[in-house]
Order: sequence, then structure tokens, then C-alpha cells
Amino acid sequence: MMDDTSSVLNAESKIQVRNLSFFYGKFTALKDVSLDVATNMVTAFIGPSGCGKSTLLRSFNRMYELYPGQRATGEILLDGENVLSPRTDLFRLRARVGMVFQKPTPFPMSIYENIAFGVRLYEKLSRSEMDDRVEWALQQAALWDEVKDKLRQSGMSLSGGQQQRLCIARAVAVKPEVMLLDEPASALDPISTLKIEELIYELKKNYTIVIVTHNMQQAARVSDFTAFMYLGELVEFGGTNTIFTNPSKKQTEDYITGRYG
Amino acid sequence: MEQMHTHISRQFNTELEDIRSRVLQMGGLVEQQIEHAMDALIKGDTAQGEAVIMNDTQVNKLEVTIDEECSQIIARRQPTASDLRLVVAVIKTITDLERIGDEAEKIARMAVRLAGEERPKNNYAEIQALGGYVRHMLHDALDAFARLDIEAALRVAREDQKVDQKYDGTMRQLITYMMEDPRTISRMLNVIWAARALERIGDHSSNICEYIIYLVKGKDVRHTSLDQVEKEILGKVNS
Repeated sequence: MMDDTSSVLNAESKIQVRNLSFFYGKFTALKDVSLDVATNMVTAFIGPSGCGKSTLLRSFNRMYELYPGQRATGEILLDGENVLSPRTDLFRLRARVGMVFQKPTPFPMSIYENIAFGVRLYEKLSRSEMDDRVEWALQQAALWDEVKDKLRQSGMSLSGGQQQRLCIARAVAVKPEVMLLDEPASALDPISTLKIEELIYELKKNYTIVIVTHNMQQAARVSDFTAFMYLGELVEFGGTNTIFTNPSKKQTEDYITGRYG
Repeated sequence: MEQMHTHISRQFNTELEDIRSRVLQMGGLVEQQIEHAMDALIKGDTAQGEAVIMNDTQVNKLEVTIDEECSQIIARRQPTASDLRLVVAVIKTITDLERIGDEAEKIARMAVRLAGEERPKNNYAEIQALGGYVRHMLHDALDAFARLDIEAALRVAREDQKVDQKYDGTMRQLITYMMEDPRTISRMLNVIWAARALERIGDHSSNICEYIIYLVKGKDVRHTSLDQVEKEILGKVNS
């Protein structure tokens, strides 16, 4: 059997998490987590509800700053720079580390504006440059052909799957380096889900992708590396082939095969 | 693998248990086929030989049924980790069991053919021993499968070398008979075919042991020397 876990160690890391602990007030949501996210690869976080996988994902672009009483210790190095440092420019960080959520969240504006809105925050583009950027982002998200004739229509008029791809286009438009996907397909039908998964495969050529998913088969399909988390701890991290055929921890085995823990 | 919890889906549990026990059922049947075929050969019992030939369809039917169940589990349950390895190991094991069944059928055919001829004084002692040996090997392999016992599986795999040695010895003996008395050649050729079939059964049993190691340890040990396997697998067990 191919040992794909050793490739985790050899891959170039985009993000290095070092001894990360995370607290919601007095509750410890992450306990001393260390792992590397490989450049231009898909890393999946799996685990039962409340295991800390979304918390870990959200700490990568410090989404938690939005809520009071939360804090993190340890380090998250993005290209060697600690994003947890108070000196980090959050605005710039979130441009570098984009995010797509579980439920499609198009803004109540036109398809075109949905994408241009974010770009304007970061860049000054001419009208024609913006047109190009919008088209490029929609192409990247495999949505262009479906919406090119109705860019002025509301983003809300699209189907759920299209809305989610619109959100991915919106995230792509600001040219991030890392894309965080939090359950990106859980509200979608199987065909839209496959389109998103296909898209993830295309996107990883240019971006480093981290995905949180409850759907284990999805993690198996799309990811190169898989991290299994339980009760705030990283139980096992390795190549996806290994995790799904021969995990080394019993807890991982029980979870992915659907057994009582 | 040792102490597995049961699945949250009880139905899934039942399905996996079912393919496991069916493998053992098929194995038992195949074991019996070898025994009866050898018996028919030694006693010159045509009726028993023909019964073995008939029963091979049962073995084949079981193979098809288990294969189908495995496909259904893959399609409906998307098994992972040890569950996946169990399904893969089962699919492979039954292929070897089916081949063993075919070998038993071959022996039975030889038995029917030889029944009409003069019986040798030693009552086919040379292949009786070989037959007993490989039957044990298969029995132990199935036992190791039932108990997921990799140490036993390794032991059985090692036996195959002895089977090969015994087979070579038998061949030399049969060749000597033929040289001494050329009139025995046609009969001895049939005996050689039977010996060859027994030797193949040893190989298939040894394959099954490799699947057991894959199932339990997640390591593919085909085309690996036994010493190497022992070092990697048992070294881990003892630690």
C-alpha cells in the first residue's frame, strides 16, 4: 500500500499550527493542536460535532475576533508569520485567507456586485479590469456559463448550488492564498455537491484548501490529507488514503467506520 | 482490530458478520470436498468421486453469492478502514477458496478415472500424506481467518514451504515407480495430477493467510518474503 502519510511530512507547508489552544471563555475548545497544512493541497478536518474542527478552521483567519471572550494561545504560522500576533493586519489576513460557509450567503445585490464588492475593498480597478476580474472569478468557480447572461440579476435568484459557487467565486475574486471551506456542500443536492467537489479539485492547483466536513465520503473524495479531531484534540493526521484504509488510532477507526466510541 | 465496537448501524454489522460467516461456511465446504476427493481416490470409490464433482457447483454458487453481497456492501455502505479491508479480504479469499474447490474436483476426477485400474499396494501412501497436510493447512488458515489471528496465519503460510518439499519428494518417488515399471506410467500420471492439485491447494491456503494479515494489519504482504513479513508484522505485535 502506498504510504501517503510520509508525504505530509515532506510537503511544503502553507500553514503551520503549533501548540494551538483555544478558549471560549472558560471552555477549552482546542487543546495543544499542532499540524501542517500543505501548500496547494486539500486538507480535511473531520470529527463529531463539537470536536473543534470548525474552531480550528476559523482560527486560521481569526474569524473568532468577531466574538468577545474568545482567545487563542500557541502559534499559527502563515508562510512563517504568526497570524495570532496582535500586529497582524486582519484586513490583509482575511484577503489572504478566504472563507466559504455552510449555507450560501450571497449578498442581496446583483451577481456582478456580489463579486465586485469584495474586490473593491482591497483593490482599485478600472471598469474593464473589474469586468475581467468578475468573469475570471466566475470562471474559476465554474459558474460563468450559467450566469454570464444575467450578471445584473440578484444573486438570491440563483439555485442553492449556484449560490454556493457564487460565494466561492466571491472568495476567489480577491485572489486569496488559502481557502477555508466550512461544510461547503452540506446544504446542497448531490449533483451540486459533486460540482463543488470538482471545483475544489480544480482550485487546489492555485490555492491551499482546508475543508471541514461531516460527510466522511466527501473528505475521502476531495482531500489529500485528513485530520481527525475529537474533544478538542487532534487524534490523528495523515494521508487520506491511509486514514481511510488503515488508520493507526482506534478512535479514528471507530469514527470513520461508524462505531460506538 | 482486536476488540471492535459494533456499528451504530446494526444492519451494517449484520451484513459484515454475514459475509464473514459465509466465507467460513464456504471454507468448510471446500475442506470437506478435499477430504471426500482424497477418500474417493484412496478407496477407489467412484460414487464418492462423482459426488464431489457434483458438489463443486455448491462451492461456485457460494462464491457468486458472497461476491454479490460484497458489491452490495460497497455500493450501499461505502465501507472504510477495517470494514473496507474485510470486504476486500473476503472477495479475495473466496476466489482462492473457489480455486481450491476446483482442485478438489480435479482430484475427484482422477479418483473416478483411477477407480477402474489396479490399486497400488501402498494405497497411494505418497499423496495421502500430502493430502492430509494441505487439508490441515486450509483448516488452520480458515481458523486464523475466523479468529483474525495473524500469528497463526503466518505459521500456516510457512507450512507451504513444507508442502512444496513434500510435493517434490512425492514427484521423485512417482518418477522412480515409472522408471521401474513403465506399465504404471498412465496410472502414475493421474497420481501426479492429483499431487499437483494438492500442491496448488497449499498455495491458495497460503494466499488466504496473506489476506488475513492485510485484513488485520492493513499491510499488503503479497510478494514479500516470510522472514520480512514476520519482522514487520510480529515485531509490531510484540512491541
